[in-house]
Amino acid sequence: MPDLTNADNDEGFVVFDRVQKSYDGETLVVKDLNLSIGKGEFVTMLGPSGSGKTTCLMMLAGFEMATHGEIRLDGENINNVPPHKRGIGMVFQNYALFPHMTVGENLAFPLNVRGMGKDERETKVKRALDMVQMGDFINRRPAQLSGGQQQRIALARALVFDPKLVLMDEPLGALDKQLREHMQFEIKHLHESLGITVVYVTHDQGEALTMSDRVAVFDDGRIQQLAPPDELYERPQNSFVAQFIGENNKLPGTVESLNGDTCTVRLETGEIIDATAVNIREAGQKTLVSIRPERVEFKPDMMPEGAHTISAEVLEVIYMGDIFRTRMRVAGSEEFVMKSRNTLDQVRLKPGETLKIGWHPQDARALEPM
Amino acid sequence: MTDVTTELRTADGKSLKAALAASQVRAKRRAFFLVAPLLLFILVTFVVPIGQMLKQSVYNDAFSSTAPALDKWFQANPLGTPLDEGAYAALASDLKLMKENRTQGQAGTRINYDVAGTRSLFTSTARKINRLEPPWKEAILGVNEGWSDPNLWRAMRSASSPYTIDFYLAAMDHTRDKDNNIVPVNPNRAIYGKLFGRTAMLSIIITVLCMILAFPIAHLLATLPLAKSNLLMIFVLLPFWTSLLVRTTSWMVLLQQQGVLNDLLVWIGIINNGQRLEMMYNKTGTIIAMTHILLPFMVLPLYSVMRTIPPSYVRAARSLGATSWTAFRKIYLPQTLPGIGAGSLLVFILSVGYYITPALVGGADGQLISNMIAFHMQNSLNWSLAAALASLLLGGVVVLYWLYDRLVGIDNMKLG
Amino acid sequence: MKKILILSTAVLGLAGVAAQAESVTVLSWGGAYEKSQVEAYNKPFTEATGIDVNMQAADNPGTPIKAQVEANNVSIDVADVEKSDAVRLCDEGLLEPIDPDTDLAAAPDGTPASQDFIDGALTDCAVANIVWSTVMAYNTDKVDGTPTTIADFFDTKKFPGKRGLRKSAKATMEMALMADGVPSADVYKVLSTPEGVDRAFKKLDTVKDDIVWWDAGAQPPQLLADGEVVMTTAYNGRIFNAQVAEDQPFKIVWDGQVLDFDLFVIPKGAPHMKEAKEYLKFATSTQQLADQAKWISYGPARKSSAPLVGLYQDGKTEMGPEMPTAEANMQNALVNDFEFWADHDTELSERFNAWLAG
Repeated sequence: MPDLTNADNDEGFVVFDRVQKSYDGETLVVKDLNLSIGKGEFVTMLGPSGSGKTTCLMMLAGFEMATHGEIRLDGENINNVPPHKRGIGMVFQNYALFPHMTVGENLAFPLNVRGMGKDERETKVKRALDMVQMGDFINRRPAQLSGGQQQRIALARALVFDPKLVLMDEPLGALDKQLREHMQFEIKHLHESLGITVVYVTHDQGEALTMSDRVAVFDDGRIQQLAPPDELYERPQNSFVAQFIGENNKLPGTVESLNGDTCTVRLETGEIIDATAVNIREAGQKTLVSIRPERVEFKPDMMPEGAHTISAEVLEVIYMGDIFRTRMRVAGSEEFVMKSRNTLDQVRLKPGETLKIGWHPQDARALEPM
Repeated sequence: MTDVTTELRTADGKSLKAALAASQVRAKRRAFFLVAPLLLFILVTFVVPIGQMLKQSVYNDAFSSTAPALDKWFQANPLGTPLDEGAYAALASDLKLMKENRTQGQAGTRINYDVAGTRSLFTSTARKINRLEPPWKEAILGVNEGWSDPNLWRAMRSASSPYTIDFYLAAMDHTRDKDNNIVPVNPNRAIYGKLFGRTAMLSIIITVLCMILAFPIAHLLATLPLAKSNLLMIFVLLPFWTSLLVRTTSWMVLLQQQGVLNDLLVWIGIINNGQRLEMMYNKTGTIIAMTHILLPFMVLPLYSVMRTIPPSYVRAARSLGATSWTAFRKIYLPQTLPGIGAGSLLVFILSVGYYITPALVGGADGQLISNMIAFHMQNSLNWSLAAALASLLLGGVVVLYWLYDRLVGIDNMKLG
Repeated sequence: MKKILILSTAVLGLAGVAAQAESVTVLSWGGAYEKSQVEAYNKPFTEATGIDVNMQAADNPGTPIKAQVEANNVSIDVADVEKSDAVRLCDEGLLEPIDPDTDLAAAPDGTPASQDFIDGALTDCAVANIVWSTVMAYNTDKVDGTPTTIADFFDTKKFPGKRGLRKSAKATMEMALMADGVPSADVYKVLSTPEGVDRAFKKLDTVKDDIVWWDAGAQPPQLLADGEVVMTTAYNGRIFNAQVAEDQPFKIVWDGQVLDFDLFVIPKGAPHMKEAKEYLKFATSTQQLADQAKWISYGPARKSSAPLVGLYQDGKTEMGPEMPTAEANMQNALVNDFEFWADHDTELSERFNAWLAG
């Protein structure tokens, strides 16, 4: 496994140091977690449900105790600091707006418990509401607001007391697609303008890719890869990440020859293809080659010189507006997908056609099979 | 374009409203058919009996239907008219009628409600009436001097109309004197006001105790995993599955002076044998036993409300800087108010009407108003007074309900 | 609700009739008392006549009669009621009149029923089967010395310890007066005056703090057995039962006992009038009443039954001296005056409850 902590030696703003968590004393929900988040960074914890991401967030917020290891915030060990003294703002999945209080009272709550004076309180509440464009709603009750409006209020409440760190636990999960995309943009915008550190939990990869500085992909209680979105998409470090992020074609085979960063792979059906060796150590090793559908080419002039091609039979062409999605039989698999842009000069394929397809070797990544 | 001012019509030109009604009539009829048994049940078991009770509290024709001649005389002669031969002649005529119809006991009982000791006047005089001769005044007074009591005649006059508020007066420790003025009863008979007050007081204490005890249990139930909370729930509901008498008896075994609890205290040495605590046959016994019996009625609504409060509210409060106490007080507690309200109302109303437990473990000072209602239902058979007492109780509960609605809002109530 | 109940009872009753050609429904008090009636009356009756007896129990069998007759929906053929209820229901015209000389069996020696029943056992609509009494009883293990009179019950100096009393004005007031020295013959005369009532309450005041109040007949023997009280008033049959069946060290003091009757009545419009009258005649015959004493220590209401009273069902306890009506037990006894209570029940109960609460 690569070193997932920050490359530089500077201690991060939020640090998970060899953290483990078990609820029942028999199985580990979080296995040896090391993570360092820089000040002002937007880090997303992404993973399927049960992967341990929410548990990590709850440990950071103070609602769960780490079974082993240390969590540091701004250099200070917070393992034994109760939640209300951590000064962390949090946005919950169902917003958790207090139903018996108005919007204004909800926002004033964190200021009240800090014993802030009335004038200062009102100023801050107003500023926070204006920040999410909800200034007119100060006297409404949460039940009178739409989901999107509640979401903004929850955001404002988490920010109103100027926390050092804001945690968000699938905050957009309950919104419809359009609103969700809009809110993603707004949260990102707030993050940038306020310069706060955000730890964001989601199972929606689109959301993770759009918003984050870095994404930590969780599975089975471990971080599988921690990287900026583009790197995560284009250079997945293992087949789980490749599979989890975006659409992906898998071709199982054996490494035929290894030459530095590139290799040739003999597929199970006998064809030879070119690939980039990601975690391949030697020839003869089993591998899973991963290729993004939009990087598959069928026009010879688009393929690099001397590259291997492989024959394919078109099974189905789906018109999707901006692209054509072509499902083909390749190397015995009927699930191989190619995406081609809907340009004026695009060749329209028909089911039953056979053709040769290929790709740039750097787009096909030979990974260790999971 | 459709003209918006004209009525909308369906494709074949019928009025849209009529078409809608027609299409729904079947569904409506079916819905009514489904709820009809319940409606009928409520009507027969609830509305009618309560209506009858209210009627009984102001209507009693036991005397008016049996004494037509006296009624006539009372109508002709206002209150204050001297009791002349005419009055006694009417009385004699009615007594003869009563003797014939065997209604002298019924009439006497009715007058006896008002003036104690007069029932036997009717039965004994009726027995001899056929042997008496005019002049009636001498003859009847010859049988019993008691007939000359003006208060008795006032009582007969008022009972000659079946409608009366006298039972409500009695239920509020008032009566009428011989001139028909409303006066308080002799203080050594004044009992109902005292009992209403005590009933309310005890019910409040029981409600508060239930609240204090039920809150942590309900919270535990609501936060435990379902399998464990179901098991615990069985313990909470156990009192429901035991007969009331069995439970009450077990409290006796536990709490009496020679009971388990006192034995234990003596054995431990907290008290010595001479100072055994009196926890039974008094208010304490009533409070302990009724709190136990009514506890589930507080736990269940609280539990059902707490179940619906996601843990994220308290977490949110904590993350926003509240200590666990503040989070509880400001965030959790207010959200359980509907449950507290429903449970309190339920427990209070039930304890106001309880009577078996106070009868058995209440002793002298643990008696409640319902024990007097039961007495008048079963022993004195003065159903009108029982109905008046019960109506006052019902009225009190309705007022309480109304107050609750005004202060908290009935739609804020959750019964589980 | 009541009507529904009555209706359903009636329907059940009808179902019973359909199944069996002849049966009579008797409403009684349950418990050992009901058992004694089943053994002494019902079984021999069914054997003799072939008519089944359907025995039902109520807290107070007098209560449903009023409702049933007024609703014109009677399911009870015969009910066993207290005297006050028997007289009151009769006065209200809710009961079938009973003529003792035609409706009841004569004594074996030919004495007509009207002469054979003891005073007060017959009314226009009811015939007594047993005499029971409210007596004082004590736990011999817990009392130093031997209480012998009702006055000892109210003397907590001489006999310290808690007392059990029924939470009711009835019998309690009378006993207080007798304890205060009023001869039993004068009790009701004294109690009819305000001064007499005050006197009774004054006597009660002297023990008020030492009283454990009971409500149900099963309570006093239990209170005595648990040591909650050292002396109590109780129904004599309950104490007898505890003595014989449970071997409790209880003793009855017959002085100042208050006697009462239980009577059979037939509600107006009883569904099986003929069978009901037949049952009444059979059950109140000399032998049947005497037999009942084998099962419970309540005295027969017929003079001719007394000599026939034998042993208790255990085969060794002589029942004669256990009868409230036994010569020795009647020295200072009071027969409950239903007429007085019909007049004064509400008034005295209110005052009694006010005194309790005060």
